[in-house]
Amino acid sequence: MSASSLPGEAKPTFAAAPWRERAEEALIPPLVALLVALICGDLLILSYGQSPAAVYRLLLEGTWGNAYGFGQVLYKATTLAFTGLAVSFGLRAGLFNIGGESQLAAGGFAAALMGLALPIGTSLIFALPLCMIAAGLAGGVVGSVPAYLKTRFGAHEVIVTIMLNFIVLALLNWFIAGHLHVPETLHTPEIHAGVLPRLADIDTRFHGSAANLALIVAVLVATAVWFFLFRTRGGYDLRAVGLQPQAAEYGGISVRRVWMRALTFSGVIAGMGGINYVLGYKHYYEDGFASGAGFLGIAVALVGRNHPFGVIVAAFFFATLSQGGLAIHAFVPKQMMDVLQGVVIIAVATAVPEVRRILRGARKRSDA
Amino acid sequence: MSEREAIRMDGIDKSFGSVRANRGASLEVLPGEIHALVGENGAGKSTLMRMLGGLMKPDAGRIEVNGRDVTGWSTAEAIDGGIGIVHQHFMLVPTLSVAENLVLGCEPKTGGVVLDHKRAADDVRKLSSETGLVIEPERLISDLSVGEAQRVEILKVLFRGARILVLDEPTAVLSPPEVRELWAVLRRLRDKGDTIVLITHRLDEVVEISSTITVMRAGQTVARVKTSETTPAEIARLMVGREVSLSAGKRVQPSGRTGSQPNQGLEVRSLSVIGSRGIRVIDDVSFSVNPGEILGIAGVEGNGQTELIEALAGLRPTFAGEILIDGLEITHRSVAQRHDAGLSHIPEDRHRRGLILEYTIANNLILGVQKYFSTNGVIDRDRVKENAARAITSFDIRPPNALLAARALSGGNQQKVVVAREMGRGFSVLLASQPTRGVDVGAIEFIHQQLLNARAQGKAILLVSAELNEVLALSDRIAVMYRGKFATVMPSAEASEDVLGEYMIGTKKGTAATESMVGANKGRAS
Amino acid sequence: MNPVSFLTQMIRIAIPYLFAASGGVVAERAGIVSLTLEGFMLSGAFAAVLGTNYSGSPWIGVLCGILGGLIFSMIHAVATIRYRADQVVVGVAINLLAIGVTRFFLKLFFASSSNSPRVTGFGGNINAAGFDNPLLWLGLLVAPVMAFVIYKTPFGLRVRAVGEHPEAAESVGVSVKRVRYAAVALSGMLAALGGVYLALDQHQFTDQMTAGRGFIAISAVIFGRWDPLRAAAACLLFAAAETLQIQLQGNHAIPSQFIEMIPYALTIIALAGVVGRAVPPAALGRVED
Repeated sequence: MSASSLPGEAKPTFAAAPWRERAEEALIPPLVALLVALICGDLLILSYGQSPAAVYRLLLEGTWGNAYGFGQVLYKATTLAFTGLAVSFGLRAGLFNIGGESQLAAGGFAAALMGLALPIGTSLIFALPLCMIAAGLAGGVVGSVPAYLKTRFGAHEVIVTIMLNFIVLALLNWFIAGHLHVPETLHTPEIHAGVLPRLADIDTRFHGSAANLALIVAVLVATAVWFFLFRTRGGYDLRAVGLQPQAAEYGGISVRRVWMRALTFSGVIAGMGGINYVLGYKHYYEDGFASGAGFLGIAVALVGRNHPFGVIVAAFFFATLSQGGLAIHAFVPKQMMDVLQGVVIIAVATAVPEVRRILRGARKRSDA
Repeated sequence: MSEREAIRMDGIDKSFGSVRANRGASLEVLPGEIHALVGENGAGKSTLMRMLGGLMKPDAGRIEVNGRDVTGWSTAEAIDGGIGIVHQHFMLVPTLSVAENLVLGCEPKTGGVVLDHKRAADDVRKLSSETGLVIEPERLISDLSVGEAQRVEILKVLFRGARILVLDEPTAVLSPPEVRELWAVLRRLRDKGDTIVLITHRLDEVVEISSTITVMRAGQTVARVKTSETTPAEIARLMVGREVSLSAGKRVQPSGRTGSQPNQGLEVRSLSVIGSRGIRVIDDVSFSVNPGEILGIAGVEGNGQTELIEALAGLRPTFAGEILIDGLEITHRSVAQRHDAGLSHIPEDRHRRGLILEYTIANNLILGVQKYFSTNGVIDRDRVKENAARAITSFDIRPPNALLAARALSGGNQQKVVVAREMGRGFSVLLASQPTRGVDVGAIEFIHQQLLNARAQGKAILLVSAELNEVLALSDRIAVMYRGKFATVMPSAEASEDVLGEYMIGTKKGTAATESMVGANKGRAS
Repeated sequence: MNPVSFLTQMIRIAIPYLFAASGGVVAERAGIVSLTLEGFMLSGAFAAVLGTNYSGSPWIGVLCGILGGLIFSMIHAVATIRYRADQVVVGVAINLLAIGVTRFFLKLFFASSSNSPRVTGFGGNINAAGFDNPLLWLGLLVAPVMAFVIYKTPFGLRVRAVGEHPEAAESVGVSVKRVRYAAVALSGMLAALGGVYLALDQHQFTDQMTAGRGFIAISAVIFGRWDPLRAAAACLLFAAAETLQIQLQGNHAIPSQFIEMIPYALTIIALAGVVGRAVPPAALGRVED
């Protein structure tokens, strides 16, 4: 019973500045969230008897203010960029992939296996693509399960991906604990090939930080995702399905096929993220390395408004929070950051529909 | 009036944004009568009744129930005041039982905590026997037939003490025997002293049951007559009326083409489609649309037109029969394949089907034809821009900014985007469903001209419209759909509002439910 | 393997699931997605230990635990019902928030990153089956009581209506929002009790001690097709599998990881409808207006 379905409608409903509207609706929620985070942070810091200004300064110094800290931020942002891209890719098709953690872990595992299978000394030019393919494939296999169950049985992907997280992680744990681990540890042996150079190798100021060339891969993947979504026909179809599935169907797009591909490919992206830890940092697969990255990926996608470049920015934001927690640990427990994470997500999730409602209501009134 | 009216509504105005749903509408219903409120889709009947029921407040005007001023009351007050609305789309929880649905919100309790199921069931049985609406209290709503579910809806309002019942399109989903049962129920309630308002557009039935009829059109009340003093044809004419359309009175000249085309147009053979409740919404329909011809389907909405178009477009599965485009059978082909075969479709719901509101005008203009605008999977943005510029100019789409999101356009301009797209690509058969609904007068004229141009170019056009004038002005041949079948097919020269009206309301049932393959060219009689 | 010891251990493992699953059933039946059970449980566990530690009485701890769950559930309710935020996203956020908040206060009050000091619980004798713990009895009763509430009270009727067809409920004057707030509050308090039992049984709070139990509870809800007694049966089933794994430790016939997978695999199978479809309440996850 919406007004627009009644006859006689003749007036447009809001002003004709397309970029401004979209920018407003996209950017205001994250800014609101930032504000909420700052206020909440102030409260928590004060409860510890510390000065917020001093703590924030320390946070910035410890993250963006020195090369090691910044390197750590880069490292953490890389993983979050991958999982954030994966979630946002699914969301663009209207699908919720909560399985980032297991897809990431599976990808890392496959990359480690490939790294072990390759002969020692294999050049990076061969090793990197092969490891990336293995990682993506593994993530894609995991992602194809909810994809298949949704298209064939209509099973809701939220629950399936959550359940599958536990199953896949348990499976991986079984592999490692049972067969593939180096004694006394829960990780595989060091890979023979595919080691990514650290940032520290290029610029010694970054010495000690885990930042590595996987970061470049993340940016490339983000660019590729952007190009796919906004410049290709496949991306047009995918976004159409996410925005208005009935119109997409009317336009001849196969909604099921898009769902299948979107969820599977979401898994591929998350899987590729595994190279950050495995190829770039520790050079082996370790049980539990992916912990929390899946859920944080959801936060990153949300704050990044499901846009590939927004996701990169949001990944930096959350990585800064995480690293910042360590930097200020002497004054305020790093656990404060865990609280801020949750608060930011709720704030943004609440702000998105509310902001949209307020903005659209205001526009309607100004034109009426 | 010597008797006090049960309902009196005067000068009711109600707008939703820029849409005026009710303009000075009025209604007078005497107590103890069955009063029919008729009008086309969008005439404002439901809105008027919603205000009576307290679901919304009028912008202006006065509402009196039993002499008491109740303008702007709430749903709770309306229920207390004895108003009971039986909705068209049932407000029943399918997983609960009849009794549970009935007592929801006013549950009988033992000891203040426990739901007294037994008392609920007893109350239902008591009410059942009083009203003759027999239904077992323990049955689940999902197990009920449509007629039974409706009975429960009626019981629900009676349970809360309704003495004035408003039934919104109650027969839309009923089979003829169920309709007769409903009439028996309504007569019994009337004899008990209840007042009944029946919102409908099915005039053959209205004539059977009501004593007074109020006709609404375009938000206004246009007539109030005693059923015994009028004829169905007159009611139909009042209902559809003459719109200020610039195509009023214009008739299409016969195209004079003699079928030496390579194209063969659209052909439909013995098509049957099953609807949501297991009944045939399209019942063994056969017809064809020749190249260079417009076949208009008239008929009150809800007789299968929507489902017919959906089945032809590939958005609804067919149960039996065949569909051919230019001789190629596409009955079970996908939407994309039908596009390739030469089918275009202007959908009746542009918001749900025709447009992606969040996409720009430019992007909406390539929906369904993306592949022609991409090379190796990459979209050619220049061509998309060029296409958009061309469409915006030729169709006078305003505001003329291809980067605007479709949701920013008025209804008329949105429709122009759809039409520009569907008629801008190569097609031989066009399905045009309510092409000018919700569109301003200037755009209507424009769209009509587009359809006529396409016809002149040898395209086959199937036009479905609830606006009888539109069908009369544009079509070479006109079919009337009634209850899933073609009641008649005739050349437009023989058609008029009166003639068609009788088929539309079902008082005349034609013999021409099917026709031979070749149409007007062979000069068949209807 | 002693059947009695198997049974008692199984029950003790099942209690947190029973509490949380019962809460999950009522909230989801009312149409609100309840991925938050994990967070509610954790907050209940911590609040209970906090309360018991400072008051010396486990009953105060129970009250604090309930309050903790209630606070978190109200955050969830306001965000999803009043502000119509996406229920899955908020659910994930609530879980993260619970982890963060409990860690923060763990540090603040107990100066530790991993565990609180030991507190008294119910029942002193650790070797006894634990049947002197009133919470255990409460846990065994919660599912039948919830079944009664849902099927035999007016509130339960409204919950069921609101989760299937909110418009129908609204049309007869039932406030959909109010029913949902109540259902979510109830789920918060019950899931928190599951956490309370867990913490007091172990006599301390450890970081992230719920370890995914809230998700097993959701699995039970789905596998039990949103019916309190069936969900309870699923809880017992999952607890039995877990007990089996513990008691068979050392016996490598079936690796423990595969026993861990059982609840999750069963849930996926239920959703895929291989053995009869699990159809959720029709309005689950939708917040209209």
